[in-house]
Amino acid sequence: MSGTVTAPARRVAPIGEALLALLGIAAVILAAWAVPWLKFILTVALAKGIAVLGILLLLRAGQVSFGHSMFLAIGAYTVAFLAPALPEALLLLPLGAAIAGLFGLVIGLFVVRYRDIFFGMLNLALSMVLYSLLEKLYSLTKGTDGIRVSGLRFAGITPDLATQEWVMFGLALGLAILFGLLVRAYLGSPMGRALAGIKTRETRLEFMGVSARRVLLAAYVLSAVMGGVAGTLVAMTSRHVTPQLAYWTSSGELVFIAVLGGAGSALGPFLGAAAFELVRVYAAAAVADAWQMILGAVLLLVILFAPGGLWGMLAGRLGRRP
Amino acid sequence: MSGPLLSARGLRLAFGGVKAADGIDLDVMPGEFLAIIGPNGAGKTTFINMTTGYLKPQGGSIAYDGEPILGLAPRAIVRRGIGRSFQLPQLFAEHTVLENAALAIAARSGLWSPLTPLLRPAWRAEAMAVLERFGLAPLAEARADALNEGARKLADIAMAVALQPRLILMDEPTSGVAAAEKMSVVETLVRVLREAKVTAVFVEHDMEVVERFADRVAVWNQGRIAALGPPQQVLNDPAVLRDVIGIEPAHHA
Repeated sequence: MSGTVTAPARRVAPIGEALLALLGIAAVILAAWAVPWLKFILTVALAKGIAVLGILLLLRAGQVSFGHSMFLAIGAYTVAFLAPALPEALLLLPLGAAIAGLFGLVIGLFVVRYRDIFFGMLNLALSMVLYSLLEKLYSLTKGTDGIRVSGLRFAGITPDLATQEWVMFGLALGLAILFGLLVRAYLGSPMGRALAGIKTRETRLEFMGVSARRVLLAAYVLSAVMGGVAGTLVAMTSRHVTPQLAYWTSSGELVFIAVLGGAGSALGPFLGAAAFELVRVYAAAAVADAWQMILGAVLLLVILFAPGGLWGMLAGRLGRRP
Repeated sequence: MSGPLLSARGLRLAFGGVKAADGIDLDVMPGEFLAIIGPNGAGKTTFINMTTGYLKPQGGSIAYDGEPILGLAPRAIVRRGIGRSFQLPQLFAEHTVLENAALAIAARSGLWSPLTPLLRPAWRAEAMAVLERFGLAPLAEARADALNEGARKLADIAMAVALQPRLILMDEPTSGVAAAEKMSVVETLVRVLREAKVTAVFVEHDMEVVERFADRVAVWNQGRIAALGPPQQVLNDPAVLRDVIGIEPAHHA
């Protein structure tokens, strides 16, 4: 399965990739400016793109996590729990990321011992445990009602609503660029290349004196941190967190976006997330009852005709064959 | 450095009723090329697997450089300086040959640099140098799964050598290599290993290779060492010829 969706379809010169990234950034800013109500959707799309970068890392190792939105939920609930006492967004962000990373380390120590279907299902099971806790511990979490995130401050200032939307959008975009560059560097580094080695020849890593589990664990923790960052952004943007964030359909959505966008480049997750959120909005408006069917059809077409995802299609036009 | 580099004593391991090792005693001296020959199922690969920590013997001991290594994980044994290559080459199929070699070089320092590229100038240069010694430089940019069997074998061994081991264990380095290129593959291999002063133990089925390149030959049979000595002596031993190689002595003489 992963063999078809994770192999970089073609190599694109770095300059082409950079150009495409700049074009994408310009397009996102332009869209947010021209169509104000899109700003919220694009902010969420950028946040989800950051979480999907984490899925992409694991896909490179041939592993699929079907429970990764648990880290998104951990980041989001960190914001919801701490905001009353600590309303500073610029502190909540790194805190949410750190706590998600810590959970990632503890959970990772356990799940990196497994591969393939076991890895995927264990992640799913753990995310459902978290979902149940969030749903059942009503006195703490207000169950399925969720928690409203109260008045946030940004560097000590409480901006008006319109400004705040721009600030969140800017934060999401900035962090998307930062983590995009980080993941890009990571994938080209020895640790990133070894990660891809887990998919093809894990035993060789051991016989090079390297622990394959630690290679996977490092990527897992990084992916958990990015999930946490995405969660804090979603919580601060939507101002409301519910257990739904940790539900398996949310995790499935992240994998869906990863496949849709393509795993060949750090741009893939953002292409996928933007396409996913936009198709969802417009399809829901056009045919309210059938939007999931439309999304499903889009994914089916991508898998059948563009196994490299949206990125693969773009790279095919820009690139040269390796 | 007068003692053996590798010393196995009384190694025993049985799979069900099959004795893969039935009291193996073997010393490998520094700098020598030791060939292991014997019929299939005699326990040759089992010996390599036990020495590299992949299989745990039921009895006996293995010392490397005077220190016991039994019970260590494969990667801990690699870190002490024992490299290995495989009967079926274990390359990272989606990576280029250059990246495969560079990963082995990076592995010496533990791989733990998440932001600088694998193909940084120093490692790229060293990886190219390793590939050049093996005659693989023209294939540096090819994907590992696109190579022919001979090149794959050499790339597999190049990765082990890039780790700078003092001892290398090679499981059938010439199996699957086309007959026409076999001798040149072995010549390249032996030259590189001699230059790098690496001690080698290799399992081999081709008696011509053994005769030309081994300093000593150990004959494996049913989990025991049936004969041990210089090739000209062992390969002319009538008992070895009859029981292990399957040739009637008269015919050979």
